[in-house]
Order: sequence, then C-alpha cells, then structure tokens
Amino acid sequence: MKRPFEYIIEKLVLLSGIASIVFVVLIFAFLLKEGLSLFANESVFAFLFGRNWYPISDPPQFGILPLILGSLLVTFGAIVIAVPLGLAAAIYVAEIAPLWLRDILKSGIELLAAIPSIVLGFIGIVTLAPFLKTIFNLPSGLTALAGSIMLAFMAMPTIVSIIEDSIVSVPKNYKEGSLALGATRWQTIYRVTLPAASSGILAAIMLGIGRVVGETMAVLMITGNAAVMPVSFLQPVRTLTATIAAEMGEAVGGSGHYYALFAIGIVLFVISFIINLLADMFLHRGRGRKRR
Amino acid sequence: MVANKIEIKDLNVWYEDARAIRDLAFNVELNEILGIIGPSNSGKTSFLRTLNRMNELYPNSRTEGVVLLDGRNIFREIDKHLLRKKVGIVFALPLPLPLSIFDNVAYGPRLHGVKQKGQLAEIVERSLKAAAIWDEVKDRLNTGAFKLSGGQQQRLCIARTLAVEPEVILYDEPCSGLDPISTLKIEEAMQELKKNYTQVLVTNNVKQAARASDRTAFFLMGEMVEIGETKEIFTVPKDKRTEDYITGRFG
Repeated sequence: MKRPFEYIIEKLVLLSGIASIVFVVLIFAFLLKEGLSLFANESVFAFLFGRNWYPISDPPQFGILPLILGSLLVTFGAIVIAVPLGLAAAIYVAEIAPLWLRDILKSGIELLAAIPSIVLGFIGIVTLAPFLKTIFNLPSGLTALAGSIMLAFMAMPTIVSIIEDSIVSVPKNYKEGSLALGATRWQTIYRVTLPAASSGILAAIMLGIGRVVGETMAVLMITGNAAVMPVSFLQPVRTLTATIAAEMGEAVGGSGHYYALFAIGIVLFVISFIINLLADMFLHRGRGRKRR
Repeated sequence: MVANKIEIKDLNVWYEDARAIRDLAFNVELNEILGIIGPSNSGKTSFLRTLNRMNELYPNSRTEGVVLLDGRNIFREIDKHLLRKKVGIVFALPLPLPLSIFDNVAYGPRLHGVKQKGQLAEIVERSLKAAAIWDEVKDRLNTGAFKLSGGQQQRLCIARTLAVEPEVILYDEPCSGLDPISTLKIEEAMQELKKNYTQVLVTNNVKQAARASDRTAFFLMGEMVEIGETKEIFTVPKDKRTEDYITGRFG
C-alpha cells in the first residue's frame, strides 16, 4: 500500500516529465494546422522554391527561397567565423590557460551568453554596420556579413563551452600516454585530444548552428531585411525568422499571408529539429564510444 | 666497474608543502632491472615520473636536485621531449590511445618524423615482437586497441614505448590490474628486453620484485631505506624496516 503523499509526488513528477513532450506536440500540431492551410491554394514547390516574396501584392507571391537562402547565408557566415574562434578559445581554456585565467575566461564566456540578443543587435547597428559601410564602401552596412558577425558572437558561448567540456572529458591517460612518448603539448592536442573529442566538437557546431538559425531579434535589426535573392555577403538579406517577426503583426488573420508565415514556422521547426537530432546523435555516439 | 645509466643526486620532490621524496641519491646501472618496492605513499611513483619529467605535469609539484642520464642533467641539458623519447614509461593502467593496434605503436615514431610506410611497419612488427604480443595480434593490426584484453593492452603499451627506441623503460606497477598469466608474460618480456634496455620497475607486489629485478630498492615515506642485490635484500636485508616490509609485517 503506497502512502498518498508518495503517490501524489510520483504523479506530479510524471506529469512534468511528459509535459514538455505534450507541449512540443501541441505546438507542432498548431503550426501544421495553420501553416498547411496555405497549401490549399499554393503548391509546396512554389512556396519552397519561389524566388519572390511579395505577400501583400495582388496577387500575392509566397516564394521563400530568398528567405531560406538568407538564413543559410547568415548562418554559414556566422559558423565560419564562430567555429575556428570557438575551437581555438576552447582549446586555450581547456588545455593551455593557467588555472586562474581559466576561471576568468570561463565566466567571461558565460557572460557573453547572458547578453540579450537585442543588445547585440543594437551594438551591431551603432558600431558594426557603420564600420562595414566604411571599409567596404557600401551604401549601407546592414548586410548579411554584419548579421553573421553578430550571430557568431551569439553562437560562441555555446560552441566554446561544449567543446571545452568535451576536451576536458578526454581521459587524462590519453594525454599522458602521448606526452610520455615525447609528444609536445601541441602534437598531443591535435593528434590525440581533438580526435578523441571530435563528437563533442561536431555536436557543438550543430548546436551553434541551431542557435544561429533560430535567432531573430539581432538579425532583424542588422541584416537590412531585403527579401531578395542573396548573392553576396555585402548585401542586405532577410532570414526566415526575421520575416515572421517583422510581418506577423501586420498579417491579416486567416489571409494567405498569415498562413504563409505559419508555413515558414514549419520550415524553421523542421530545420531546428534536424539540427538538434544531428547534435544529439554526435553527442551520443561520443558517449557510446567512451563507454566501450 | 658497472656503468651507471642514471645517477640521482639529492633529489627532492614537493607537492605544495608536502615533501614526497627526500634526498634520494643512488644510481641505476646500465641494462639492469631495478625493482622499487615500498608501501603506498612512499614516493615510488613520484620518483619514477621524475626520471622522465612526467611529474612536472602536476601543476603543484616542485623538483630539486640532479638526475643525470648518461652524465647529462635531465632538467637542464636535455630537451624534455627528447628525454621522454629516451626514457619511456609504462603506466599502471594500460591505456592505449583510441586508435588501431598498428596506429598505437606507430604513434610515437610518427611523432618523431618517421613517415615511410615500410619503415613504420617494420618498427611496429619489431616492437610488438619485443613486447611478446606479436603472435597474438599480427592478424588484426587494424582493429581497435580496446578490443584487446587487459594484459594484451599492457604489452601493447610496452610495444608503444619500445617503438620510439628508448634507452630506459620505466614501469609504474605494470601488472597491478593483471592476472598471473599476463603478469608472467610481461615479466618474461622484461627479461628479454634486458639485453638492450635499462629498466626500472615500481611494484606493489614484493614477490614480483624478487622474481624480476636484479637489484631492489626499498622506499619508505619518500626516503630510500636500502638498495642492493635482490637476493641480498630478500634474504639478508640490512635494515629492520626492509625486513618487516618484505615479510609482510607492515605496509
């Protein structure tokens, strides 16, 4: 016979456990319900690969290819900047920095994560955009490049701390074994430590991508928001997230525009789901190997 | 007159304020197996790790004194990476790198610039043979080293150490996790290696020192109590504490 108190606690914990799954399913169902309505009048192909996003023209055109490419371009740029920097920073923090400096650096990186994205966007507008405008001699500094740079800062903390964790969790004996054979510290890092931490590094990159793809406020502020097919880092682009954020307030409920924004939401959901799945796979592959 | 491979003079090692090794002074002779016995916390491992400067990896350690390898001061006159190539170490826990058997052995030579495939294969085969494991692994050199048994992994680690052509091999309780048969195989490999290498064996197993070493040193609380021919240490020890330890009265 269970005591009633135990019974209540047990059920409460169970409820919290399944709540997150329930919420995800409900959110996805709602997205689907609203978003799929668009495809009553619009073909999926024209939506995904259409080159024109003119939601309030008559007739409206809902091609999100420029938005998808805008997101990809900004994300790609951010990752190209953030991964080498993040990897180097993580190696420094985990392997090279003296203990006292390590603590300072780690809290600094965590602090970077605590900066609200809107503040980063604000700083981007005030300092980065004019700077880019001058050095590249552009009509406006609000470009894909500006977005990539600001987002790289946003992804850095995630990337650094996950890579750092995976480097620290490489067994000490590997390093000792390598050093004992006369390897230098650097040889040990790139021949033993990094390969052993590779699954964590891949997961960090994936989660960094996830953070960047889903980011809205900063990109809305500094990428210039022109829904045109992107051809260069030095032109304004518009991302999927920024489109929803900018237009949701004006879209008439029940209109094609409104449904199209929800359909964009589905696309985003699918993208981040895939990215998270990949990151999870890399992390678990790493753990599985270590257990063996 | 026997040649001395390693000379230790006034060696002290501290961890913060605690002195782990006190005023050690003795020699390791060329091509001998020197056994080091003593209870835990007697400084055996610290001493061993000092001989190839692995102890420096502990950030709070401090070393004073002189260790000469072939007459050269290892702290001043030899690059520490070269020293570690010359003075190899086999750890208590056999821990191969997460690579194949072949790559584990080839790791060291590759570090030191051997690139040619034929030459690497030759080094790998020679090292595995010398560590008495070649026959057991020759058909599966490309499988992961973790698939091997504990005893095999430890001999693989010995092979890995041999592959960089050291002059001295240090063993830090190499058989502590192994069964008697694996232990015997490693001791046999050590006897074979005596022709070409000077070996220092730290062991918690007194009987192993009696079986495997030519001379034995007894460490206690960071000091060396006694060193001598293994036969004499185990039959007529000069110091009462040595006698107590080897007969199992304390430790």
